Amino acid sequence: MGIANQSSNSGKPVRVGVYLVRNLREYGLLFALIGIMVFFQIATGGTLMRAVNVTNLLLQNSYIIIMALGMLIVIVSGHIDLSVGSVMGFIGALAAVMIVEWEQSTIMTIITCLIVGGCIGAAQGYWVAYWRIPSFIVTLAGMLVFSGLSLWLLEGQSLGPFPREFQMIANGFVPDIFPKSMAQAVAELLGERRVNLLALTTAFIAAILILWMGVQARAQNCAYGMSLEPMGFFIVRIGIISAALIFILFKLSTFRGLPNVLITMGALTLIYSFVTEKTVIGRRLYAVGGNEKAARLSGIKTERLTFLAFTNMGVLAAAAGIVFAARLNSATPKAGFALELDVIAAAFIGGASMSGGVGKIIGAVVGAFLMGVLNNGMSILGIGIDYQKVIKGLVLLAAVIFDVYNKSKQG
Amino acid sequence: MTVLLEMRAITKTFPGVKALDRVNLKVSQGEIHALVGENGAGKSTLMKVLSGVYPAGDYTGEVYYEGKLAEFADISDSEARGIIIIHQELALVPLLSIAENLFLGNECTSYGVINWRATNRRTDILLEKVGLQESTSTLVDTLGVGKQQLVEIAKALSKDVQLLILDEPTAALSEADSQALLDLMLELKQQGVTQIMISHKLNEVGRVADTVTVIRDGGTVSTIDATREKLSEDRIVHDMVGRDMAHRYPDRECRIGAVLLSVNNWNVWHCEHRERQVVTGVNLTVRAGEVVGIAGLMGAGRTELAMSVFGQSYGRNINGYVEMRGQTVDVSTVNKAIDAGLAYVPEDRKSLGLLLEENIQRNITLANLSEVSRHSVIIEAKETRVSEAYRETLNIRTPSVFQRVANLSGGNQQKVVLTKWLFANPEVLILDEPTRGIDVGAKFEIYEIINGLADQGKGVVMISSEMPEILGMCDRIYVMNEGQIVGELSGDFANQERIMSLIVNE
Repeated sequence: MGIANQSSNSGKPVRVGVYLVRNLREYGLLFALIGIMVFFQIATGGTLMRAVNVTNLLLQNSYIIIMALGMLIVIVSGHIDLSVGSVMGFIGALAAVMIVEWEQSTIMTIITCLIVGGCIGAAQGYWVAYWRIPSFIVTLAGMLVFSGLSLWLLEGQSLGPFPREFQMIANGFVPDIFPKSMAQAVAELLGERRVNLLALTTAFIAAILILWMGVQARAQNCAYGMSLEPMGFFIVRIGIISAALIFILFKLSTFRGLPNVLITMGALTLIYSFVTEKTVIGRRLYAVGGNEKAARLSGIKTERLTFLAFTNMGVLAAAAGIVFAARLNSATPKAGFALELDVIAAAFIGGASMSGGVGKIIGAVVGAFLMGVLNNGMSILGIGIDYQKVIKGLVLLAAVIFDVYNKSKQG
Repeated sequence: MTVLLEMRAITKTFPGVKALDRVNLKVSQGEIHALVGENGAGKSTLMKVLSGVYPAGDYTGEVYYEGKLAEFADISDSEARGIIIIHQELALVPLLSIAENLFLGNECTSYGVINWRATNRRTDILLEKVGLQESTSTLVDTLGVGKQQLVEIAKALSKDVQLLILDEPTAALSEADSQALLDLMLELKQQGVTQIMISHKLNEVGRVADTVTVIRDGGTVSTIDATREKLSEDRIVHDMVGRDMAHRYPDRECRIGAVLLSVNNWNVWHCEHRERQVVTGVNLTVRAGEVVGIAGLMGAGRTELAMSVFGQSYGRNINGYVEMRGQTVDVSTVNKAIDAGLAYVPEDRKSLGLLLEENIQRNITLANLSEVSRHSVIIEAKETRVSEAYRETLNIRTPSVFQRVANLSGGNQQKVVLTKWLFANPEVLILDEPTRGIDVGAKFEIYEIINGLADQGKGVVMISSEMPEILGMCDRIYVMNEGQIVGELSGDFANQERIMSLIVNE
């Protein structure tokens, strides 16, 4: 989370309190997630963090997170996409029809689905970008059209099951590359029944990478006189993130190892973070959302970027559709219903601004996890779906009020 | 004369900044009182204290109005006492009619139902008072800025105004509209309306003001009674900036080279009204090292000309051709125009020039990201290095380039927009009203930047509605009126009368 370092002015480390207040948004989100996890861990008597539940948590939220990546980009560019839930359902239906009825291969199905998703996104993006039709309307229409089309495609019935190969996309795990005997030895050492060494190694490599990137970023900020996070804070922040990562991956390793979906999700998150924060196209995307006219007068092809944002959203909605169908092992006409709201909520909880130009990929991912943990924790506690919805709604409202309050205070 | 308003030792602090420091202001009944000072000197803050935007208790000091201590809790409180402020950014609803705007929040009703006959009758009377000949049902949207300003004043009159505060009333107006507005102010004075006018334009202050109060760095510097002593612009400028400004326009040794840009037989039609031609048969050249001015009234087609040349950002059915160094170039998109060596610094920096929520650095590099990236990946270290260099050489007053642009003053924002285009390294820069709404000190710095560009052998086109500025800065001046170039004057030969007569004789 190298996201907290750019807001103020002095070149020297500032006092901890001052720094915390200035960067409340970023830390607030992280602390909120940790706080909620600790709360449910205690309230559920340790069930939340059991290996099987952690694995489930990741699988349950994978498709939300995949779509949140695209939604964040759409929102940053100053638009909204209401159609993603329906598109996801439609692609799931298409995948089912291709595999079950047309007996196509998994690879063929995946490629076709991603292309169709891209075309759907492009078709919507075309009207938004080049005809300047408000995205709210275009994608509202898309939401109706594609939920209708998945009903039509499935003829109102559920379709399944899928071959094992296709199910593996969502329910499979990466096999351990280390020899069994070694794993056995480590498991005994740790006092666990079994351990997946690949997951464990990944945990430590990732932790080292986070530390290394943190130090690099800090050195660079220091060299260019950006305001520095107090040293204590830096250590605590990196420490918490690394510890959380190692803890979660350790839990996974004692169950079935790394889920395939986790790899996909992690890779996508890294790629999208990099593209939005470090590349020219990412920078331009924020410019378009921040002030479209100024961006255009600076030589940025604003229409093309908007178009690409929607196309990308379509591809990611398709990917989510494939994962969703594979996880349920069937496509249902109701799949994806109202899911767009969870995805949009994740982006806003993560700090994106409705007016565009503001928001981070990592924020949207944390936002999605926050909602996921809430869902999962409340379900374990046996809280009714009625209360669950109320609580989630209030959390969304609180997050946005917090944003607005923070902004007005800073002037 | 009786004193209508007295503000005593007003002090207002924001977190970390003392915006006003024991400011005194005394306004007599029936006068026009000008409040002058650089941007950020505290004029607007003072008026916000007066009008109740900052309620009593939020500041220290006392406000006496009509002889009594006044403690306004909010704007409606001060409006009830007849203090009405017209802000620089007009507060009209574009898609409502003149009559609806005039009585917005103050409707003529009977039993909660709007009485349109009474509304229209009263609107007609008010419009006549301000000399605006428009139907009461005209949408505000369709009026020019000058007329909208009159609607604002009519709205103030509808509320039985005692003390009218005008914040930069002529900033967005053309010369002719400004004159009309100043005349109206004098007429209102005859009718007994006391007025406070915030302005940068000293010639206008000289024309209408009875008293001038100069504010600098949050404190009152001087109060000049113009009815007794003659107003000297030099003295006011001296008080405003706290130093002598022997030359309001910096000197430049002029070395003019070959023709860089030439625009030939350029025609543009209006974006929405297809049959309206906004630029007709314009021919224009800019040489290396030359500062070329385009003078004219608001609506003469200068911005339309500039934006249509810069990647067809404005207008339709554009025809004509553009040459750079004698070669015809394609300027049909902004990218192609930039590649051809053009840059356009827009008139409205907030809506067309800046990403207000982003930091300075990200604004500076936006038009030339390829310069700070490799394989499309931005090298932030390089980005910071070049932005810091510009911040220092152009004297952008801020601790670092990571400051949000929205927090900068107008002058510094303008420097950021200029920097963006300097970094794109164009051959010809078109500057549209480069000093609008910025203070005297920052203006001088902008002029120095312009001269520096000319010294580097770049061509500069300067569009400005402030004639002294055009006369002071330009080597050659085109005069534009109703979409056509109606004259061309050399900088030495030009003066205000010659320019005006070219416009009027058309």
